[in-house]
Amino acid sequence: MQIVVDLTRCQGYAQCVFLAPDVFRLHGEEGLLYKPSVPDDRLERVRQVAAACPVRAILVGEEVGTGGG
Amino acid sequence: MAGEARDGRIVVVGASLAGLRAAETLRDEGFTGSLTVVGDEPHPPYDRPPLSKQVLLDEAPADSTGLPVRRDPDAEWRLGVAATGLDPLARRVLLADGESLPYDRLLIATGTRARPWPDPAGAALDGVFTLRTREDATGLAARLAAGPGRVLVVGAGFTGSEIASACRKRGLQVTVAERGPDPLVGALGGTLSRLAALMHREHGVDLRCGVTVTALLGDGAGRFTGADLSDGTRVEADVCVVALGAVRNVEWLAESGLAAGPRGIACDAGCRAFTRYGIVTDDIFVAGDVSRFPHPLFGYQMLSLEHWGNAVAQAEVAAHNMVSPGPLRRPHLSLPVFWSTQFGLNIKSVGVPTYSDHIVIAQGSLEAGRLAMVYGYRGRVTAAVTVDMAKSVDYYRHLIETAAPFPPPPGAADRALTADIPLPSDVPDPKGLSHEPVVALTGHLPDRALMVVQPPG
Repeated sequence: MQIVVDLTRCQGYAQCVFLAPDVFRLHGEEGLLYKPSVPDDRLERVRQVAAACPVRAILVGEEVGTGGG
Repeated sequence: MAGEARDGRIVVVGASLAGLRAAETLRDEGFTGSLTVVGDEPHPPYDRPPLSKQVLLDEAPADSTGLPVRRDPDAEWRLGVAATGLDPLARRVLLADGESLPYDRLLIATGTRARPWPDPAGAALDGVFTLRTREDATGLAARLAAGPGRVLVVGAGFTGSEIASACRKRGLQVTVAERGPDPLVGALGGTLSRLAALMHREHGVDLRCGVTVTALLGDGAGRFTGADLSDGTRVEADVCVVALGAVRNVEWLAESGLAAGPRGIACDAGCRAFTRYGIVTDDIFVAGDVSRFPHPLFGYQMLSLEHWGNAVAQAEVAAHNMVSPGPLRRPHLSLPVFWSTQFGLNIKSVGVPTYSDHIVIAQGSLEAGRLAMVYGYRGRVTAAVTVDMAKSVDYYRHLIETAAPFPPPPGAADRALTADIPLPSDVPDPKGLSHEPVVALTGHLPDRALMVVQPPG
């Protein structure tokens, strides 16, 4: 499962960092770094994180299916 | 008309962020016809910002940054094949494999590529990198992991600065060479660039400004060993990253009759491409880094932006307009926004900082490393840059959108003492920089030459 954070919207509330520190991390006070590829067993937690983001900046989804794999 | 617009054949050339978002939006907006997305890279759409951050810090592999999709765009993906030409009369896109794709409407989202080191012999040395693609990032990350004695970064724009930051975080010695007076000066102007220089040096970067790299040196066996600088000094290094900005992927349109050049493809506010005569097309649309479009808040200057948010917003407008009859079409008027994370600081910009004559520090201070700087042009707010104050961005966005007077009125509790003292914004002529500006104003300001020219060499 893939995630992307719209860092244009991100305001550094860091809710994601508190809820899933294995996926989201701050670089300094408010620069967000995250793991773009999330193991399936963390999916439910990451969906909760996406819902908890005050500015709804986290998008969770599958990679595009291109037919050939 | 509405029914016709939702049917037929759409081809999207470019399979990165803008191409993907456009394809999704076309389906969201009810397009039921055939959709083909062409990409020259072999990968499905992936995200590039992590390549110069997480990937170089060894926190994520380069092949893990695939972009998630909100909905299956139900497209035919033609990946690993470049578009080589366009016949707008026959409405066909020509491909490198000899095939051609017919279309009723076309979206061009071919983006940019890294500007290579100008001397092919130097560029070919083992250890010399650019950073744009997954492969670039994989190769560079592996070299950094191997623990080189020193890394040389050529160009102190955002990419170069982020690479230097990642090197220091990994404990590597790094030298940064920049033609301009300070890092990031082309994007942020003089005052903030001095903070950027301080940031580099405080973190142990060997920063050399006001110099150019005159030659990349090899050891005779084709391995990079160092570089000569214009001040007569020599830097010994094992890895070199050339961060000289981007080249827009327009060469394939040379015979197309479109207004496509080094600054991008000109289009109207509705993302419709212009022909070279300035006539707007009605079936060819443009989005993302490869476009240049007029913006009313910045004097209808044609803007070329290499911003993640612009790729998303413009792709959505382009897709909407491709399936909507004329009166229902929307303009792409969103404000430019970009961010960078380097040396532990979060830098965000809204508006166009280079479209300015003065600045004030409205909140915080250079000394605190935490501030909001507001840019004005002829008494009007045109941009703001925050350092570790991301929550203030929306406030300044509002001031820009409403053409608020400059200097801006008091609006923050922690207003700086300097908030009413405008300083010159000190935006340099881009030709004095190592790297290309990420925002190119390609029109004319009467009091300052902002025509972008190709850097020599």
